[in-house]
Amino acid sequence: MSIKIALAGNPNSGKTTMFNDLTGSQQYVGNWPGVTVAKKEGKLKGRPDVVIQDLPGIYSLSSYSPEEVITRNYLVREKPDAVINIVDATNIERNLYLTTQIIEIGVPVIIALNMIDIVRRNGDVINLKGLEDALGCRVMETSALRGMGSQEAAAAASELAGSGESVHIPPVFNGSVEHAIAHIEESIQDRVEARYLRWYAIKVFERDAVILEELHLPKALQEHLEEHIEECEREMDDDSESIIISQRYDYVGKLVAQCVIRNIKAGGTDSDKIDRILTNRVLALPLFAVIMFLVYYLSVSTVGSLVTEFTNETLFGDWIYTPLSAWLARVDASPVVSGLFLEGVVGGVGAVLGFVPQMTMLFLMLSLLEDVGYMSRVAFIMDRVFRKFGLSGKSFIPMLIGSGCSVPGIMATRTIENDRDRRMTIMTTAFIPCGAKMPIVALFAGAMFGGSGLVAVSAYFVGISAVVVSGLILKKTRPFAGDVAPFIMELPPYHKPKLSNIAHTTGERAWSFVKRAGTVILLSSVILWFLQSFGTVGGRLMMVPDNNTSLLSSLGGWVAPFFVPLGFGNWQAAVATFTGLIAKENVVSTFGVLYGFAEVAEDGTQIWSRLAADFTALTAYSFLIFNLLCAPCFATIATIRKEMDSARWTLATIAYMTGFAYGAALMVHQFGLILQGNGLTFWSGMAFLVLALLLFLLFRPKPRVHGRYEPVSAPAEYRAVCPVGCKGCPANPENRKQIGRNRP
Amino acid sequence: MKTLRDIRVRERARVQKLHGHGALRRRIMDMGVTKGVEVFVQKVAPLGDPIEVTVRGYELSIRKEDAALIEVTQERSL
Repeated sequence: MSIKIALAGNPNSGKTTMFNDLTGSQQYVGNWPGVTVAKKEGKLKGRPDVVIQDLPGIYSLSSYSPEEVITRNYLVREKPDAVINIVDATNIERNLYLTTQIIEIGVPVIIALNMIDIVRRNGDVINLKGLEDALGCRVMETSALRGMGSQEAAAAASELAGSGESVHIPPVFNGSVEHAIAHIEESIQDRVEARYLRWYAIKVFERDAVILEELHLPKALQEHLEEHIEECEREMDDDSESIIISQRYDYVGKLVAQCVIRNIKAGGTDSDKIDRILTNRVLALPLFAVIMFLVYYLSVSTVGSLVTEFTNETLFGDWIYTPLSAWLARVDASPVVSGLFLEGVVGGVGAVLGFVPQMTMLFLMLSLLEDVGYMSRVAFIMDRVFRKFGLSGKSFIPMLIGSGCSVPGIMATRTIENDRDRRMTIMTTAFIPCGAKMPIVALFAGAMFGGSGLVAVSAYFVGISAVVVSGLILKKTRPFAGDVAPFIMELPPYHKPKLSNIAHTTGERAWSFVKRAGTVILLSSVILWFLQSFGTVGGRLMMVPDNNTSLLSSLGGWVAPFFVPLGFGNWQAAVATFTGLIAKENVVSTFGVLYGFAEVAEDGTQIWSRLAADFTALTAYSFLIFNLLCAPCFATIATIRKEMDSARWTLATIAYMTGFAYGAALMVHQFGLILQGNGLTFWSGMAFLVLALLLFLLFRPKPRVHGRYEPVSAPAEYRAVCPVGCKGCPANPENRKQIGRNRP
Repeated sequence: MKTLRDIRVRERARVQKLHGHGALRRRIMDMGVTKGVEVFVQKVAPLGDPIEVTVRGYELSIRKEDAALIEVTQERSL
């Protein structure tokens, strides 16, 4: 029998560091079902029979955030054998608030007083014995950062798991609350498992909607309990949820006053001093710009691009492509086989893998910023700008990185804890023109606009506008209108980065990218290669020399009519758009091939005159806009799929982006035609409709929607006014009936 | 009625009452802002919002519109 130990604690309590310390490389990383919250599991070093489960960092066990629901469901339903509750000893009061809730669940708990080295350095003293006596569980000193005490805590937890010791519950609440809870316990004891009785009773007292729904108490009983709760509320002059929270904090506050002696230093801690500069009203923005510039410059411009050039030219070119093609020629491989390997596999996957070094560099720096605690300052500094269009201050970094490549940009959304903000950032990041879209811009700027730099500037303007407009539209749609994340965020103290931690995070992110290149991207590249290299000649499927007669060109011919209203209904443009799915810069080389040039420069100088014949300035700009905003490349789509952890959300993102691109290009082309003095047509009417729809979506009032984790114990006046009444919301009369109904 | 929003930088206040409801109110309380606790306004973000306060020995950032839900009385600054 294996032992299951869960790690629970506040965000920034050093939980991840301890998890890495305990499990080493023996980790399995996935997602909790249905949300973008990472799930990590691993085996304890040297103890293959002990499984360590890392739970999301949380502040409380309410039912308002997915992280909290995941944690409490895990603790109650998966029944871990023991819990290590990691408590940041430098911030003991708020951390012990969660501890009182975890203990109540009735699982054996070991408290790891983490960051104890910092406490000692500050000269503070914590009375362990006092904490142990009061909380009824073992308290151990650890410093995961210094690799101190974690193994001992894990050993103690596995020992405790087998001991079957009964759990002591500390006296957190006062007489009248205890009285009401005892009453509830008595009434529901035959409905819940004995060890969780107190947990359920407190949640019923708090009127936790998720628990009430789960219990399905009979109506009479529900009303009877409600009387007790209301009596207690009258006595305390507060609502039951607030009573519980206040009393917990009062209890913890007293406990801390008894057990912790603080050595108050004049001038604040080192972290305060750093923050006085980094979030200074005047200096914060310039320093932020410098830090972001360094991150971008080092990863995208210098070190990153040097190594990327090496991987693309030398590693995949000279070391893989050339010997492979020579070998294929020597063994006299058929053109199908050599084409498949050289163009399909190496060409497609190589293009993507070439980005790995650059990305590793970028992830390295992001992990560093995250690890030292600067990331939450980024959110603090940028919040005001981004929340206007429904994003978080932390969305800035994905967007900035997205201007290099959307793939690491979307992966950088991992620093956004909130599920809703994260999904929205993922949906909009790929609108920012990435490096690979720049050749398309250069091609059209050169061919149609006399090489004007304004075209590139306008590309960024279009991208940023698309993000802003999408933010404003999306925040009013159903999936996003509900779970509005309160921006009440801890600014954790800065601390020295831990190298192994950073290496771990960086490696994990880079590896998950490489894995994708080997699967989804490989498959889609091969399919597209097939469509590009085969065609029907005289009724037979065979390899064709170039795209002009390929299956893809026939496909382009079918699709082209859809692009007529946008002004570029020729099949070449359609085919180029398709090949852009492998990598956006392919659009340029495809035009080259289609216009009969084997190879063109990055900005396609050779085909400028041919393009100028096929496009007008207006249709070229419309094509440009469509290609900047439409479905991103396969690598990005695969990344969205991985990060969203949902096929539906991925499809929704691609459909939204392509629809948005179509609408934008349609408006540009049709309104452009009108400005040029053309008369109104059916399609200009459609463009006006699109504009009207856009304005409606932008300015309609926000629908009143409750999210899944929205009001649970709505106050009376709220119950009376809310017309929506979501599932589980007490404001919905249907639900009140259901809560009262007997269990089946 | 004075709220946390009205407290100036480097001034102290004591929480009297929490307004608002649902997730927001619960979250504010879960972070340790409960009746009777003392908060100290550290600074305002460079763009004017949010603010940073010290509560229960740690730093918390909160938007001004949310701070307006926290009714306080001004404490004498040190």
